[in-house]
Amino acid sequence: MSTIYILWLRQLKRYSRSRARMIGSLGQPLLFLFALGFGFAPIYEKAGGGDYIQFIAPGVIGMSILFTAVLSGIEIIWERQFGFLKETMVAPVPRMHIMLGRTLGGATVAFIQGFVVFLITFLAGFRPESMLMVPLAFPFMFLIALLFTALGTGIACLLQDFQGFHLFMNFLVMPLFFLSGALFPLEGLPRPIAIMASLDPLSYGVDALRITLSGVGHFGLPVDITVLSLVTALFLGIGSYLFSRIQV
Amino acid sequence: MQPSTPPIIDVRDLTKQFGSLTAVDHVSFSVAPGEIFAFLGPNGAGKTTTIKMLTTLLRPTSGEIRINGHDPLHEQDAVRRSFGIVFQDPSLDDELTAWENLELHGVLYGVPKALRRKRMDELLTIVGLTDRKDDLVRVFSGGMRRRLEIARGLLHHPLILFLDEPTLGLDPQTRNHLWSYVTDLNAKEGITVFLTTHYMEEADRIAQRIAVIDHGKIIALDSSEALKQKTGTQTLEEAFLSLTGSAIRDEDAGAIDQLRMHSKLWRKR
Repeated sequence: MSTIYILWLRQLKRYSRSRARMIGSLGQPLLFLFALGFGFAPIYEKAGGGDYIQFIAPGVIGMSILFTAVLSGIEIIWERQFGFLKETMVAPVPRMHIMLGRTLGGATVAFIQGFVVFLITFLAGFRPESMLMVPLAFPFMFLIALLFTALGTGIACLLQDFQGFHLFMNFLVMPLFFLSGALFPLEGLPRPIAIMASLDPLSYGVDALRITLSGVGHFGLPVDITVLSLVTALFLGIGSYLFSRIQV
Repeated sequence: MQPSTPPIIDVRDLTKQFGSLTAVDHVSFSVAPGEIFAFLGPNGAGKTTTIKMLTTLLRPTSGEIRINGHDPLHEQDAVRRSFGIVFQDPSLDDELTAWENLELHGVLYGVPKALRRKRMDELLTIVGLTDRKDDLVRVFSGGMRRRLEIARGLLHHPLILFLDEPTLGLDPQTRNHLWSYVTDLNAKEGITVFLTTHYMEEADRIAQRIAVIDHGKIIALDSSEALKQKTGTQTLEEAFLSLTGSAIRDEDAGAIDQLRMHSKLWRKR
């Protein structure tokens, strides 16, 4: 337990000390929220979709969690290079605890980041459908954070350097974001896109956030929580296994 | 070496292959408790690869290792508790303070809090970093980082201290300081020291026995005096060159090295 705690704490300390990174990673969600949010609002309303900010805000929260989580998982590549990973790898503690501590730390950071973006959506005019439902969004935000930190960790264990990193970002993380229904409704999509969206775990995360924050949804909360929990457990399992196989 | 004391490091026919490259080729040696043992060899000779296998970071292709009587493959935690290590590359967390780096290490090694704090204070005094303990490691110089890493490697009172080129890039003052500290520790606490270095005079001065490794094989293993005698040379450097030849070695830059180059470029900006 103390291993998990100290590594979790380490991630939080690193996060709180890197103001630039904290602010920098708000750039993208802000852009999507304000530029895309207001840019598309008129056409979305004309098409009968209603208020686009109400629609996109949960998607942008999900996006900011996705990117922060994946990046904090992928940090292991850096640590291989700066060598800190070796310090943990020679320690007489189970690899599983190291992986869990790091992943929980990264997930907590991503959750905080998502929460900050949630507050910012208010500036863009977003108003939760029901304040009573808002607390229900938080466990989902954490679950999304945990799922994608575990994914990032697992992938980082497979990568030797940053050449594969771009491949991973452009062919996995970006599609995960764009196909998740963060930006457009999942109703009435062409069949191939609909299938891909239903295979994307982020779709269920965004759906859960949209149900709890905006009061509209696609899959329904029971489906969302089931899929998210199962995929998180799966990724944590695979991530731990790959992490235990790492040689530096 | 007394035949009655079992070796604290015992290696038999250790081999590591990376694809078609044999980095370490049937290496055998043993180190007695309390000994200072040096591994010398040109770049790419297999020094770091051997240390990685001894310290559970890399799985050998074949061969036997015993560290303090334990097998790094199957009793990893028992092995890990037996040694402290100062890596060739920095392995501190830059975004944490000196104190936090030590604290993290102490927790990972299960050193109880009161004892941990006491040792942290002591070690910081010894390496001369007490008044910098709350500074982020990011602002530390190379020498300060090394000293902190040594303090960290000793925090859990290991039986063996591995030093992989610990003085690389340090000024003579710091190197001197470091070695006198290590020999002191060896004399007082009986800690076994396993080191690699490129500085022959360092090995000459502090190591009781020296293994010269080249192309993954140990080509000589003896005291510095005996090596000089055997090769008919005056200094260890001459002995080393006579054993390994004077051709310059190429070492392929692995992925990690390339990454390091990238990061250097980044940091310069």
